[in-house]
Amino acid sequence: MYMYKENMSLQRKNYLSKRRKNKTLITVCRIGIVLVLFAAWEIAADIGAIDTFITSKPSRMVQTAISLFKTGDLLRHIGVTCLETVVGFLIGTVTGTLTAILLWSSKTLASILEPYLIVLNSLPKIALGPIFIIWIGSGKTAIIVMALTISLIVTVLEVYTAFSCVSEEKIKLIRCFGGSKLDVLLKVVLPSNVPAIVNALKVNVGLSWVGVIVGEFLVSKEGLGYLIVYGSQVFQLDLVMTSTLILAMCATAMYQCVAIAEKRLIKQSNYL
Amino acid sequence: MSAIMKLDGIGMKYQSPQDEITALENITFEVEKGEFISIVGPSGCGKSTLLSVMAGLLPDYSGSVEICGKKVAETAAEIGYMLQSDQLFQWRSVWQNVLLGLEIRRMKTAENMEYAKKLLKTYGLYEFSDKRPSELSGGMRQRAALIRTLAVRPEILLLDEAFSALDYQTRLAVCEDIYSIIKQEQKTAVLVTHDISEAISMSDRVIVLTKRPATVRSIHKISFDLDVRSPMACRETAQFRVYFNDIWRELDVHV
Repeated sequence: MYMYKENMSLQRKNYLSKRRKNKTLITVCRIGIVLVLFAAWEIAADIGAIDTFITSKPSRMVQTAISLFKTGDLLRHIGVTCLETVVGFLIGTVTGTLTAILLWSSKTLASILEPYLIVLNSLPKIALGPIFIIWIGSGKTAIIVMALTISLIVTVLEVYTAFSCVSEEKIKLIRCFGGSKLDVLLKVVLPSNVPAIVNALKVNVGLSWVGVIVGEFLVSKEGLGYLIVYGSQVFQLDLVMTSTLILAMCATAMYQCVAIAEKRLIKQSNYL
Repeated sequence: MSAIMKLDGIGMKYQSPQDEITALENITFEVEKGEFISIVGPSGCGKSTLLSVMAGLLPDYSGSVEICGKKVAETAAEIGYMLQSDQLFQWRSVWQNVLLGLEIRRMKTAENMEYAKKLLKTYGLYEFSDKRPSELSGGMRQRAALIRTLAVRPEILLLDEAFSALDYQTRLAVCEDIYSIIKQEQKTAVLVTHDISEAISMSDRVIVLTKRPATVRSIHKISFDLDVRSPMACRETAQFRVYFNDIWRELDVHV
């Protein structure tokens, strides 16, 4: 219930004030670290303490971003990378969840496939990149396949483990009403595992970026990964640093989108 | 009274790679319509296994289970099952939880939904229909679980340690509550419990099982000289102590 300020005890006022101060301090420090870092970087570059040829500097990164934006290249490269990531992420998550459902529905199938899943999980998926390129070609499809391969196995394992941990009593309840395996899946397994599936989404966001950037390193002619690798090949560190920074911002934005969706979904379903 | 459920020579063996374990052996008894029966026995003797057989949840048993004159192989529509804890789904409101059985049995008709609503109203949960289970007290949750079971209009209620997850005080109150609902709705009930007092205070008959492999050791007919019977009133009578001692001796419990 809302409490008016004049009705508050001194102890509560002190508690709230301390809390507010602490929150402000955290926000100021967070922004401060970035500002100090960039300012120090800029100053160090200006006074010649660091070599801008290999480190670039914030003002030049801004100029690079502006010139890329003016030619329309910046949005195109961001668009390509984001599209590949989102498509890889969605296909990886959906296919992974469907595979987990399949494994859950048949213990025998799960036992048969268990060693293969372990091998695929242990294998650094990046090693498959050259094979995909040969099989699929050096287009966007190879990059998307790279992204979904990285997220697929993790989703399968994570979601399948969560499905296997569903309370036996809840399953028994459905069976007591004469429910089928499909009823168990739809009424208990899926709804009780929304948090686990959303958690897999959060992990997959990061993994999909890894897959896409590695894919772009290997084959692409556009995208942020391409800009980074191209910049490093021609020693344009301004381009490398700018692209990396933009990549960090895009990845954070996508992660935040999933985090917001998670909050809404979980709050709506009242899991908290 | 006529038998609504007949168990004839029920046997059940669990298989594991190491061994074969006989859980139940030649269990035979009948349950009359409208009767409240409790099954007690030493811990781990197979009480819940027997209830699962009665519910049609374990297909690999020997002997036969007849419900309303029909032999049953799987969960019969006449059966309603209440588990140890309420098992209300947190992602559903109380109302949605109550409708669960109707959804699964494809019985979500206007008439049945009206009946479910009536049950909620009669037993004081209607105002909580939109609440989540976590917003209810332990007793209310158990009541909601019973309404979910009653909503599919079962003839026989199977209660598997239905009160054991509750603290002692709540348990006494919930027993009182659930007993009066079952009697009011004129249902037949079979309760599996490890609590002798609970069994005596609620039942018309108490079936005592032996240690594993469980067989029927004895069947005690329970009656009290009371005008209006309630579990709490039964506990206060002298007869209650006599029944308790008799059953306790037969349970042969060793710590």
